[in-house]
Amino acid sequence: MRVTVRLFARLREITGESELIRELPDGHDARALWDDLAKEYPGLSPYRASVSCAVNEEYAKFTAPLEDGDEVAFLPPVSGG
Amino acid sequence: MVSEPEPPSERYQVTTDSLESARVVAAVAAPSCGAVTTFLGLVRDHNTGRRVLWLDYEAYAPLAVRSFELIGGEASTRWPSVKLAIHHRTGRLEIGEASVAIAAASAHRTDAFAACRYAIERIKQIAPIWKHEHFEGGDVWIEGATADPDDDAARRVAFERACG
Repeated sequence: MRVTVRLFARLREITGESELIRELPDGHDARALWDDLAKEYPGLSPYRASVSCAVNEEYAKFTAPLEDGDEVAFLPPVSGG
Repeated sequence: MVSEPEPPSERYQVTTDSLESARVVAAVAAPSCGAVTTFLGLVRDHNTGRRVLWLDYEAYAPLAVRSFELIGGEASTRWPSVKLAIHHRTGRLEIGEASVAIAAASAHRTDAFAACRYAIERIKQIAPIWKHEHFEGGDVWIEGATADPDDDAARRVAFERACG
């Protein structure tokens, strides 16, 4: 399956990308996708415990299975207001 | 309050335009409301000993709007007569400019004050928005809370702050 990854703020700067396309094996969840990205971009690793994720513009659990065409966003700790 | 003065899109916005408290007030005011409280968050010229020059705000806009709707729903559950409007700005903001505008309308003032405070606390907890602070000598991304709308402990903290 193919998913779009969205990266914001510091995560966008670490990777140099705001959007990535990734081919994933069936059954991959957001945690597995994150771990793949952290291997590719080691600078992401310190965020493993603090990052949030959203799937198709809704907050989601890292363990929710992904589907073909999903948009998966990884969000560093927030600082709005 | 039974009237619906504005569609939700007027109530919850992420925008690069300047914010005006009159617009959030207009989005929630209704004949059944005896009180509207507002909150404006402004760009401050200092932070933890640094002289701040400007802030760049980044948002995941559709999810930010969804989080504002969620916060509005939480407030209406806790204070049934309350209606919220939340507008948040993105892009480069200069010192003194408003980054967030909130209005809470209610039949009575107590709930309007509490809900307005609740809204800003929850925005800081769960809205996918980030400040990039540019200060004298450098720049830094400000990172606060891990965003988790299902974190009951965080929600309780926001309620406690709102209700004093």
